[in-house]
Amino acid sequence: MGVGIEVTNLNAWYGANHTLQDINLNIPASHATALIGPSGCGKSTFVRCLNRMHETNPIARVTGSVRIGDLDIYAEAKPVEIRRRVGMVFQRPNPFPTMSIYDNVAAGLKLNGYKNRRSLDEIVENSLRNSALWDEVKDDLKKKSGASLSGGQQQRLCIARALAVDPEVLLMDEPASALDPVSTSKIEDLIFQLKAQYTIVIVTHNMQQAARVAEKTGFFLNGRMVEFDSTHKIFTNPSDKRTEDYITGRFG
Amino acid sequence: MPEIRAPQIPSQKLKTPAAQKPAVPAVPSAVEPSLVRRFLLARGNSAFADRGFHWLMVLCALSIFGIVALILWQLVLRSQLSWHAFGFRFFYQSFTNPETGKPMYWDPVNSLFSAVPFIYGTLLSSFLALLLAVPLAVGVAVFLTEMCPRALRGPLAFLTELLAAIPSVIYGLWGVFVLVPLLREHVNPGLIQWFGWTGLFNNDNPTGLGFLAAGVILAIMILPIVSSLTREVMTAVPHSQREAVLALGATRWEMIRMGVLRNARIGIVGAIILGLGRALGETMAVTMVIGNTPEIHRSLLSNGSSMAAVIANEFTEAVGDMHLSALIEIGLALFIVTIIVNAFAQLLVWAVTRGAPAQTH
Amino acid sequence: MSTNNFPLRSRLRALTDLAVTGLTILATVVVVTPLVAIFAYLVYKGASSLNLAFFTQIPKPVGVAGGGMANAIAGSAILLAVASAIGVPIGIGGGIFLAEFGRGTKLANAVRFTADVLNGVPSIVMGLAIYALIVVPQKHFSALSGGVALGIMMIPTVCRTTEEMLLMVPHAVREAALGLGVPNWRSVLSITVKTASPGIITGCMLAFARVAGETAPLLFTALGNDFWSSSLNQPIAALPLQIYVYAISPYDDWHRLAWAGALVLIVLIVLAVSLVRYVTSRGVLKGAS
Repeated sequence: MGVGIEVTNLNAWYGANHTLQDINLNIPASHATALIGPSGCGKSTFVRCLNRMHETNPIARVTGSVRIGDLDIYAEAKPVEIRRRVGMVFQRPNPFPTMSIYDNVAAGLKLNGYKNRRSLDEIVENSLRNSALWDEVKDDLKKKSGASLSGGQQQRLCIARALAVDPEVLLMDEPASALDPVSTSKIEDLIFQLKAQYTIVIVTHNMQQAARVAEKTGFFLNGRMVEFDSTHKIFTNPSDKRTEDYITGRFG
Repeated sequence: MPEIRAPQIPSQKLKTPAAQKPAVPAVPSAVEPSLVRRFLLARGNSAFADRGFHWLMVLCALSIFGIVALILWQLVLRSQLSWHAFGFRFFYQSFTNPETGKPMYWDPVNSLFSAVPFIYGTLLSSFLALLLAVPLAVGVAVFLTEMCPRALRGPLAFLTELLAAIPSVIYGLWGVFVLVPLLREHVNPGLIQWFGWTGLFNNDNPTGLGFLAAGVILAIMILPIVSSLTREVMTAVPHSQREAVLALGATRWEMIRMGVLRNARIGIVGAIILGLGRALGETMAVTMVIGNTPEIHRSLLSNGSSMAAVIANEFTEAVGDMHLSALIEIGLALFIVTIIVNAFAQLLVWAVTRGAPAQTH
Repeated sequence: MSTNNFPLRSRLRALTDLAVTGLTILATVVVVTPLVAIFAYLVYKGASSLNLAFFTQIPKPVGVAGGGMANAIAGSAILLAVASAIGVPIGIGGGIFLAEFGRGTKLANAVRFTADVLNGVPSIVMGLAIYALIVVPQKHFSALSGGVALGIMMIPTVCRTTEEMLLMVPHAVREAALGLGVPNWRSVLSITVKTASPGIITGCMLAFARVAGETAPLLFTALGNDFWSSSLNQPIAALPLQIYVYAISPYDDWHRLAWAGALVLIVLIVLAVSLVRYVTSRGVLKGAS
């Protein structure tokens, strides 16, 4: 089951570039929360701070606190431990090119030393079912490489890979931006189903997508969070002028 | 399910997740989530293994410095005897042959050693090699990058690559049995007849071995590296430079000269110097065709020797500690010279192909 | 530029262009000729001297017809095994450091630079250093010292190609592994290195092919041996060494064996290089981009 996320006074820098400024928000458990805003507004940096992926860039720096469930991820844990609890799906599908479909899904467990073969089969099947890919790939799980699938299938494979480690939170950084409309709608259906089980944070530049899948929406602009409210309110009656300008397409 | 996992959460349960959701999940989950989760929570953060791995890789990288230091240390250590006996004079002194009264440089029996004839031989053969190889290498590079039909480019590049992969000893073998007889029978007589007046081609060595043979074989050997590096720096010249010159109505050659060669010249010089570095240290092929005589002659057709050749030729049959030490000192000099030449060349090539060596991703 | 001689100047320019084109073609022909000559002569001389005995017998004394280089082939194999055991892991480790840990740091730049410079150090110098380091204290020539000399020569090549191949692995693949909570060492070995492994193997084979033909560093380390030997502590024969010794000998029989040995050596090396070329042209990273 998902857990809530509580972000307090989060600031982030890339070198001298202050990319996130004083972010405060509470992301509800087992719901989908969308983050929108023009490109370069800091929304991608923000989700990366939620599983400390920003630390793969040596010049990144963060202050403030993020609690996932009851764990302060900066004070009480190592990145490796957090990332096992917080799954991530990236902008471009990135299956492991040398691995079969099966191995891709099992990677998170296998590479962390999980050895129970029989339960692995079960976990792989369930993860693929949950990401709505099972029926398309069940016949060549170990024959085909992950890279041989279509773009949309690859992205669902990446979702299955993230689900296999049974995360509490699923971060999605523009998961459909590299996909065609049909694949995009499949991913959206999927998010709609998964949010009952996982806390989902989805970054998107597509406002209709936010409106379709998320209960809550946050609007980012220039490294600050301008407004955070129910999706319905953001899209029908935003309280900030800048949000309204963005929603109605006056900029961005 | 939250009840199952609750005990594994390390700290106290402050906020009950807002997940007082309907008990039936939208997706039926047959996975026992607690099993996987419990396993992953129990895994260590492997900070120790990560740090160990990191330092192991650093160690491997540092071994490169270790190798250079090791070579330097061993060569300095083992050349002490000769260094103490001759000092820096080793590199310029000469002796007099008591019988003939002529200058003499290398007498292992009487422990008289000087590196002069070998330095001369190395420099002369390398210079000859550059003289022959550079115009050809640049010509090939221009042809391959700018003129060659696409279909020919691959095979020709592959052929030059193969040239680079042939072992030195096979060039030497070919040199001994094909090149040297060819020079002896067909080339040298002509050179003596037409250019004998320069003093560079004397009719005193009937074998065909000598500086010229070494220079020719070295030229063939350094051609691939010079031409492939030249090709590399030429392709690194941005396309806009070529188009800019072409747009002014230049012919193809003018475009190559002004748009390409001018912009790549530093890198080409680097490629040439790198070729020089190879030529200076080349051992087997030179040993097999240079004649191995520690003498200095103006004539390119005379026998001579080179720094690498004398080591290869005499080391296992050295007559005493001083002889060994002198050979190692020649090796040390060769090492230092090639390090400097290669470092210089590398900087020039990097300056063109990468902008700067210290480029971040 | 006065206008009245414009046609003349234009014709001159066109002529120069043509002449230069001709010259570059000539240069290419001149360069390709010796290669073809070397190969043709090698095949002609080598093939006529090659027979079964070459692969099964050890050298016969001077004057006795026949004999082969079986022990030299086996010796080369042993030397190369020792060399690979040293050069491949250390070289790959150094490459991993350059690509995964040291990117953009001063240390990495220094290592990269030194590796490239070390690559140009004459192999005979490497032989001298190993002679001083191993042969002198042990007081005898040995297969071990020859293998170490060759192994050290492999390190810079393997290191630099490993780095280049790892840099071709897309960043997204690394992120995917780290995003799953996989420890960094595991991610590097099981994901990044594994993804780049065709290219890394290529690099190792290139380094292997290069030292397989090296003679100079073996002259006073492995020394050579006319008999069977598989001990790391004894002098050992090697194919390139044997070719050298036979080539500079005055006997026709031995010259023939030298040509046969050269043909065998070159066939092995050309096979390795072609294989490498085939693998790289097929795309080093199958499916990844």
